Amino acid sequence: MSATTDTQHLIQAVTGNQAVAMAMKQIDPDVVAAYPITPQTDVVQEFAEYVAAGSVKANFVTVESEHSAMSACIGSASAGARTMTATSSAGFALMWEMLYIAASMRCPIVMTTVNRALSGPINIHCDHSDSMGGRDSGWVQIYNEDAQEAYDATIMGFPIAEHADVRLPVMNMYDGFIISGAIGPLQALTDDEVKAFIGDAPTYPNLLNTDEPMTFGPFDGLHGFYFEHKIAQQRAMDRALNVIQGVYDRFAAVTGRQYNHLMTYCMEDADIAMVVANSAAGNARIVADQLRAEGVKAGVIKLRTFRPFPTAEYAKALANVKAVGVMDRADSFGGVGGPLYMELLSALYQYDIRAKTANFIYGLGGRDIFPQDVETGFRLLQAAAEGADLPKSRVYLNMKGA
Amino acid sequence: MTWDIKDIQKWSPEEHELGAVIPEAGNATLYKTGGWRSERPVRDEEKCTQCLFCYFYCPDTAVLVEDGKVVAFDYDHCKGCGVCATECPVDAITMHPETEFEGGC
Ligand code: SF4
Ligand code: SF4
Repeated sequence: MSATTDTQHLIQAVTGNQAVAMAMKQIDPDVVAAYPITPQTDVVQEFAEYVAAGSVKANFVTVESEHSAMSACIGSASAGARTMTATSSAGFALMWEMLYIAASMRCPIVMTTVNRALSGPINIHCDHSDSMGGRDSGWVQIYNEDAQEAYDATIMGFPIAEHADVRLPVMNMYDGFIISGAIGPLQALTDDEVKAFIGDAPTYPNLLNTDEPMTFGPFDGLHGFYFEHKIAQQRAMDRALNVIQGVYDRFAAVTGRQYNHLMTYCMEDADIAMVVANSAAGNARIVADQLRAEGVKAGVIKLRTFRPFPTAEYAKALANVKAVGVMDRADSFGGVGGPLYMELLSALYQYDIRAKTANFIYGLGGRDIFPQDVETGFRLLQAAAEGADLPKSRVYLNMKGA
Repeated sequence: MTWDIKDIQKWSPEEHELGAVIPEAGNATLYKTGGWRSERPVRDEEKCTQCLFCYFYCPDTAVLVEDGKVVAFDYDHCKGCGVCATECPVDAITMHPETEFEGGC
């Protein structure tokens, strides 16, 4: 669809949160149960306005905490209702126990997580500590660069979550304030296109079917099948890789916007590469362009699908790269490096790829990341490609007192 | 529905219901909680006034009642919590170690 001639798909100026609220309105799920938290608040606030105005039929459940929000979502999804929610930071942390239960009860919930730092010191700005901390909870995780990607990912949520080969909850991330509150371009689908894309919710065993009463969430501690259920969850994750790409491809056929597990930029002949998630990807591409103009073969891989992790695809994309930097906007204190770095290192090792690697920690608690900061990282990679060693310890970008 | 779990101990991850749902209603009785018991309730018929407190208090419906009278304990499901013994107003129920009984656990 061409933006200039297509009056059905005019480009609008909206915040990331407005874009997601619009997508939720178009999806019109059966239930939204949510609790406000900065910087996610206006997603559910806008959605509540749609409910109040009668422009959606969704049941909007106001709850007293995020633990209750996710609990209500689990009940609702178990009753066969299409269920959505949104959160950030401490709210995400408060959902912690229920995140695992949503995944293990195979509830196809779609949640927006607007990335924000975890305290302390108390901080409301962007980093990825919240959702990265939830990476083992059994949710599909998709990271998004801007309002358009966040909107698109929201539309693609249910077709992934509800797919018979998957049946797992899906969370979509984007950067707090930088994307959630800043105005950017959005080309929305029409309501009919959204309805056609997501289709009707499939039926699966549900709590409210009194003709076939069933037990949900039983205790398994003595029966001994917990292990098998965990394996089933992992196998669903394995299958999700193909399902997600299939949904990306189907979305591209409708919108022309092609998503992939990895969004590669100038990677075909790259000697050095930076792997980065969410909004900082733009900075990385700008720097890659500048380096390319100098004749340095720099490329960027933007993380999109993080759970399941597309291990083989990273190995393939980085097979001929001499040095790769991983930008983490979260840390795993005491670990080998940030969460994305550890993931990537494992993927490369598994596929016998021995590129030099470095871990760049940036943006914690909303610390600005400027192109020159990304360039600092790229220059280290450039030197490494020419023979220098890369530091084994974390390299901090835009640290004070450096 | 009826759920055939005869071979459940051999089921692969794919054979279990998604999300550990139990698709059959009312099958909790198949699970014999009696094996948890370390002490067994014994009722003294002489002392018992048939007030039925034990029946109402038992968390496992293991006090068996016929024609409005307590007749026995269901030892397949009685887990030996001792609630009945505590609640009996005339101390007609006493708890005894399983080792005192033939085939006790
Ligand atoms: S010991 Fe507990 S389980 Fe057994 S009959 Fe008494 S109350 Fe019921
Ligand atoms: S509570 Fe005691 S007196 Fe009452 S029915 Fe039970 S055993 Fe008998």
